[in-house]
Amino acid sequence: MFDLTGRKALVTGATGGIGGAIARALHAQGAIVTLSGTRRSALDELAAALGERVHVVEANLSDKDSVEALVPAAESAMEGLDILINNAGVTRDNLFMRMKDEEWDTVLAVNLTAAFRLSRAAVKGMMRRRYGRIVNIGSVVGATGNPGQANYAASKAGLVGMTKALGAEVASRNITVNCVAPGFIASPMTDALNEKQREGILGTIPMARLGEGEEIAASVVYLSSSEAAYVTGQTLHINGGMAMF
Amino acid sequence: MSDVADRVKKIVVEHLGVEADKVVDNANFIDDLGADSLDTVELVMAFEEEFNVEIPDDAAETIVTVGDAIKFLEKNAA
Repeated sequence: MFDLTGRKALVTGATGGIGGAIARALHAQGAIVTLSGTRRSALDELAAALGERVHVVEANLSDKDSVEALVPAAESAMEGLDILINNAGVTRDNLFMRMKDEEWDTVLAVNLTAAFRLSRAAVKGMMRRRYGRIVNIGSVVGATGNPGQANYAASKAGLVGMTKALGAEVASRNITVNCVAPGFIASPMTDALNEKQREGILGTIPMARLGEGEEIAASVVYLSSSEAAYVTGQTLHINGGMAMF
Repeated sequence: MSDVADRVKKIVVEHLGVEADKVVDNANFIDDLGADSLDTVELVMAFEEEFNVEIPDDAAETIVTVGDAIKFLEKNAA
């Protein structure tokens, strides 16, 4: 089950907590993986740890030219692209009334617009090959909202709508588009929380713990597999029960 | 029939799975040949590949019949 031998996957934000776990899990199932991110040394480190079947393409997803170069670079490195994981995300938290245009724009550009452009580029080859898997990494916050994260919540909710629209458009070509919405996962992003914030968060999670990157990665492996061929336009919430839909 | 027309019609037959005798110059991809909007995008991609040209979006929108495609490619393909 969930064998990805020979499948070619691109993971954005591959050096992050969740992105790294996703890249490792896809690779462990046999996929050829292109790691993308902004920090070259971290990308090289992960590539070295994975060994064979790995490529590295640096990209800054807030930059249009860099985004548009990414899919062609990954396709030429791997000679194709079957699986696109739009995982990269940034936060620029601020109270709504204090939020700067720049904070809004940066978050939307990286979390939503880059996912649009990468998917648009990737879907072309997937249509031709009559096979593709796109998994967008959303967030529980996209469904519930969160004070101080209007930009982040909007970007993640936007991914859900885009997932459904694109999923409907390309379903007849054996391309599926789904979304995985993590709750609070142990990562550099949650390490930055102070003790009080951490306690407050744990109080809202029935499982009373943070999730692990591997617990997100497992769902991405599933959605990337042939076995998930009939699943499209869906959002899978993985959050220890903190929000149930 | 020109060489371009032959190649265009072959792509249309293969891609849409229609009878060759239906693929006439004034056949509309969507109304006459049963293409959906995604098929028309794929046809344009197939033409681009076969003739090694780039068909910009605004030009692609004007290609609605087999004859439109032939005319465009005769003019623009190397």
